[in-house]
Amino acid sequence: MIDDAPADARWTAGVLSYKEMGYWRPDYEPGDTDILAAFRITPQPGVDPEEAGAAVAGESSTATWTVVWTDRLTDHARYQGKCYRVDPVPGNPEQWIAYIAYDLDLFEEGSIANMTSSIIGNVFGFKALKALRLEDLRIPVAYVKTFDGPPHGIVAEREMLNKYGRPLIGCTVKPKLGLSARNYGRVVYEGLRGGLDFTKDDENINSQPFMRWRERFLYCMEAVEQAQERTGEIKGHYMNVTGPSMEDMYERADFAKELSSNIVMMDLTVGYTAMTSMSRWARRNGVLLHLHRAGHGTYTRQKTHGVSFRVIAKWCRLLGVDHLHAGTVVGKLEGDPNMVAGYYDTLRDDVIPANLAHGIYFDQRWASMPGVMPVASGGIHAGQAHQLLHYLGEDCILQFGGGTIGHPMGIAAGATANRVAVEAIIKARNEGCDVLGDGERILRHAAKSSPELSAALDTWGSVTFDYESTDTPDVVATPS
Amino acid sequence: MITQGTFSQLPQFDDSDIEAQLRYAIGQGWAISIEMTDDPHPRNLFWDLWGLPMFDLTDPRAALDEIHECCEAFPRHYVKVNAFDARKGRETIALSFVVQRPPGDEPGFQLERGHGPGRTTHHALTAYSTRRPHGDRYQ
Repeated sequence: MIDDAPADARWTAGVLSYKEMGYWRPDYEPGDTDILAAFRITPQPGVDPEEAGAAVAGESSTATWTVVWTDRLTDHARYQGKCYRVDPVPGNPEQWIAYIAYDLDLFEEGSIANMTSSIIGNVFGFKALKALRLEDLRIPVAYVKTFDGPPHGIVAEREMLNKYGRPLIGCTVKPKLGLSARNYGRVVYEGLRGGLDFTKDDENINSQPFMRWRERFLYCMEAVEQAQERTGEIKGHYMNVTGPSMEDMYERADFAKELSSNIVMMDLTVGYTAMTSMSRWARRNGVLLHLHRAGHGTYTRQKTHGVSFRVIAKWCRLLGVDHLHAGTVVGKLEGDPNMVAGYYDTLRDDVIPANLAHGIYFDQRWASMPGVMPVASGGIHAGQAHQLLHYLGEDCILQFGGGTIGHPMGIAAGATANRVAVEAIIKARNEGCDVLGDGERILRHAAKSSPELSAALDTWGSVTFDYESTDTPDVVATPS
Repeated sequence: MITQGTFSQLPQFDDSDIEAQLRYAIGQGWAISIEMTDDPHPRNLFWDLWGLPMFDLTDPRAALDEIHECCEAFPRHYVKVNAFDARKGRETIALSFVVQRPPGDEPGFQLERGHGPGRTTHHALTAYSTRRPHGDRYQ
């Protein structure tokens, strides 16, 4: 046990700095089973960054504001979070990245609620910091293996759907609020028969006066089955089972299963424990589980304070979802290309090496835990198919909402346009074309035999959302 | 028309399109297999194999010749090409596309609706073609 203060001073009643209480340990070598965290800290003026890092380590583990003798009844150095490194942030003299190691014994097996209560519990309101952001976590394999992970994962989902070699294509029903169940089912049917693989309830479609959940499920399943009859393909509609209580969610999910739905969805707003329960339900019942990240922007978007989405992505892969919205790069919602690449890698890959240019602070090993299908949704259209494939790869779901339903020839035509665009870009990529550079030409060529794609390109071909991202990496890769 | 497969909404592939996709798949180190069926039900996941998957191919023409032989032997079947990626983390099909459809209009499917309590409907899908025995389904 190493404390900075001499033993008698360390345990005298009163207030000591966090450094002196042992939470600053520059000599500490993180162990293989430690959970590691990278926090972006903005100390109050005059607060030394090492003390600020030590304070974060203390407040997210054993510390309270004063010395307590009861620490001496424990092997306290083991339970202390240890800030082992503080690096200045390039180009930003107010900020530092504090690296903290936590012993595995601090956490309950298989519990995201417990991990979050520790690591982002009290500490974010701590007065000595102006702002605090959890940038990344390294989850050791020893802890990964205590979680179930995705109920199915990318491979099992593709085998279940019998769809390979291209991104899956979806659409969120619009308008998101107000449609009656029958009209809503019409949108589902048209989209699926036109060529979509999935349609989707939006996050705030739960069970409102204009359409109760049970009516929605009945009409949507009729639409799914009829679209399967028309296309000979497996189709699905994400039935949003988000409800006011777990009992309501189970009731809705059970009904979706009874109707043979192959997928249900829930919103991030239900919380980590409810999501874990739904994950177990999905695994038990062989139903895919889609997660809409409703509300995440309140704490993920600002670079100085909150929790990075890459951490949310890790928690969701551990607790186990099959789909998770993770950004589009080119659509209407926040998403720097490098940061989004980091989220997609985090969800899909088995080993993700540290890469500061993508915002990845630590090597992460998933020990063969199945991957989560990332979902790109929000302001994307057929004319971007080449950019979407370039940035996001083929193991993802492209959700064209307005870009399907707003098509001038109708919803089914909008769906066909999206499907043709994606298939044409995959075909061209496989043939060795430079899809990013030549994408517009490839799509225009495909549109010659697809009036639906032609109309989509004429309507939206020039629509872009070029705004500067809020959340960007500190480090930019230099071209080699 | 059934739209199973990676490229089902593009114009029917000719030999040069198929060969380009085979070249890509072989370049990725994937094995090529050819499968056929006369039951296009969307949940018919096990079509009949035309021989074993072809591993260690170097020339896409060899696979294309096999595709031609299969199509000639089963001119009234669906024929598809699958490419398998054996790498860790995938270990499943990486590309799968239909290269032959039965001649004439595809008769499609019948959707039967059984009524359950609480206005629930239980659907059953049947391909019209499968009302006839194997080998006699498409004229």
